[in-house]
Amino acid sequence: MSGSTAFWYASRATGIVALLLLTAVFVLGILVNRQGRLPGLPRFAVTSLHRNLSLLSVAFIGVHVLTAVLDTYVSIPVTAGVIPFASGYERFWLGLGAISFDLMLAMIVTSLLRGRLNRVLWRAIHLLAYLSWPVAFAHSIGSSKDLQHGWLLYLVVGCALLVVAATGWRLAHAARQVPRAARVAVVFAKHTAENQHTRRTRETV
Amino acid sequence: MAQTKGTLETLKVNPIDCTGHGVCAELLPELISLDEWGYPIVDPRPVPPQLDREARRAVAACPVLALKLMRR
Amino acid sequence: MTTTMNEPATRQAAALPRLLPPAPEDLRRHLARYGPAPYRGRAGLLIGDIEAAGLTGRGGAAFPVYRKLAIVAQARGRKVVVANGAESEPASRKDELLLRAAPNLVLDGLQLAAEATGATEAHLYTHYGATPEILRALAERAAAGLDPVSVTITQAPPRFLAGQESALVNHLGGGPARPTFQPPRVTERGLRGAPTLVQNVETLAHIALIARYGPRWFRAAGTSAEPGSMLATVYSPDGKCRVVETEIGTPLKNLLSSGPETRAWLVGGYHGAWLALPQAFALDALTLDNATLRKYGAAVGAGVLAALPSDRCGLAEAARVVSYLAAESAGQCGPCLNGLPRIAAALAELAGPRPRRQVRADVERWAGLVEGRGACNHPDGTVRFVRSALTVLAPELSWHQKGQCSATNRRPFLPLPDGIPTSEDDWT
Repeated sequence: MSGSTAFWYASRATGIVALLLLTAVFVLGILVNRQGRLPGLPRFAVTSLHRNLSLLSVAFIGVHVLTAVLDTYVSIPVTAGVIPFASGYERFWLGLGAISFDLMLAMIVTSLLRGRLNRVLWRAIHLLAYLSWPVAFAHSIGSSKDLQHGWLLYLVVGCALLVVAATGWRLAHAARQVPRAARVAVVFAKHTAENQHTRRTRETV
Repeated sequence: MAQTKGTLETLKVNPIDCTGHGVCAELLPELISLDEWGYPIVDPRPVPPQLDREARRAVAACPVLALKLMRR
Repeated sequence: MTTTMNEPATRQAAALPRLLPPAPEDLRRHLARYGPAPYRGRAGLLIGDIEAAGLTGRGGAAFPVYRKLAIVAQARGRKVVVANGAESEPASRKDELLLRAAPNLVLDGLQLAAEATGATEAHLYTHYGATPEILRALAERAAAGLDPVSVTITQAPPRFLAGQESALVNHLGGGPARPTFQPPRVTERGLRGAPTLVQNVETLAHIALIARYGPRWFRAAGTSAEPGSMLATVYSPDGKCRVVETEIGTPLKNLLSSGPETRAWLVGGYHGAWLALPQAFALDALTLDNATLRKYGAAVGAGVLAALPSDRCGLAEAARVVSYLAAESAGQCGPCLNGLPRIAAALAELAGPRPRRQVRADVERWAGLVEGRGACNHPDGTVRFVRSALTVLAPELSWHQKGQCSATNRRPFLPLPDGIPTSEDDWT
């Protein structure tokens, strides 16, 4: 099961780091959408980090796949990185990794070409993030015994909880969001209420 | 890549796409400020050549691509 | 490429009316009066006449018609023409009347515009959809084989912005009647990507007449900069409303009452401007044309003119209108969505007793913030209306600040529809 070559260790290590990075990218993505801030950092830091870490994740995944391929203890074709279920070894779990990576590549390529793309199309593909991360998570747990116990398990479960919390935050906002046709009415009501409040305060003084 | 002198470009924001992230105003305070509701007020004059790079950076950084550099 | 036409002997040069027959006309009477629409036989040929005639759009923007025609004519591929009868101004009645009284003139103009631009698709867009008069006109014309391009009728939702060019194209394309960001303009990329000519129905009626009688005939009325006649919807202080056809450049005093029963004038509808009644010596100089009105911060717009009766509170009227305008915002652009309701609430306070001192300044600040920062002219027009109201009605504001009001009649004067849009259905 565990080959003790350097390649195998490198693959496992870069895999874990990649999952951590992807967790950060996911949470940052939701932070961008919600116009959230990272304490002490300017607004453009959130968008920059989201974009840059996503590219860094791709780099780590690239190394993660390559080192797994180069390790001779098990036979994994290099195509297994992007073609799902192309590997003889652990066909299903590695296949999930390829699926997740394909989705990531789609999101990144469309984002790089965003100016030329239809806005609705870009958004639809970017929403695949909600699929890509869980699939990456399943791939991680399913294909690596390391993650199935001990502090590594706590680490990846912690990542999952962060992703769930961020998703919950995003969904809560979507549920609260006033539909476009009703927005003017809301501003109207709010502003008149503000006026009333101020008036009352002034009169009692 | 030499800068073509006289290429008059102005910044324009698509107010329908803009949701007031405010990243543009952070990156280009010389030309963009935010109103009391968080939406950008963009200088309508052509972008001075020395700010061209910052302007392109601001356009790329907008999370919804609402900021555009329009050629005259 | 100007063609000169012989003026019919029976037709005097500047005689009005040109557009409105004494009674609604069916196809037979229309043909007896005007003859058939003189198609040129080739795209583009009519545009020279329209340019020589100097026709500007009668939908409110007063854009030179020949330029729009030329842009669409020069484009390649599929092209669309739209007769815009959605006079979304609640106070305007001219388009409705024109379509009832002289639908064939409008439809002639639509076909002539289609020929001139090479369009193969034509639409008629109104707030009430297919009326009996329009359906009958189209049926009669179809039977007579008069329309090379078939016309599709679409009903616009009762929104103030529905008649805006990009909102119209958006709706015709299956979306909501909300404006879209321009560039590209609809003349470059409009309905389903095709270059689209959108013209007010009155403009098309003028095109139909210019095609018959020529640019010189058209210029026999109006001013040299703004030739021709126009339809105006006029409200007198007694509350009566009438649609009149008048030469551009007519002194406003000929259309609007200027006696003691009038407090102020509103020129150009709800995106127009309030005007103080001029002194007697200046009454003749205040004429219905953009060149003059611009000096007073006003514009002709879609020709809505109102004389506010002196027993009404002008600020209360203005507050009602701005409240309506704010509710009719598409809610797409941050500044408009935030600014207009705040301005409306502030104006409502100014229309009441003892408004707080900073409210006036707040209005001015918000007006400056919304101007020019929407995807369409809605905030700009609203700001023009508001600023002119606060200037012209300043004496009333002084009264209100003392807790008094010189008005004796609380009944609303300016026409506004009931109900505000609340759901997505209201925009489709």
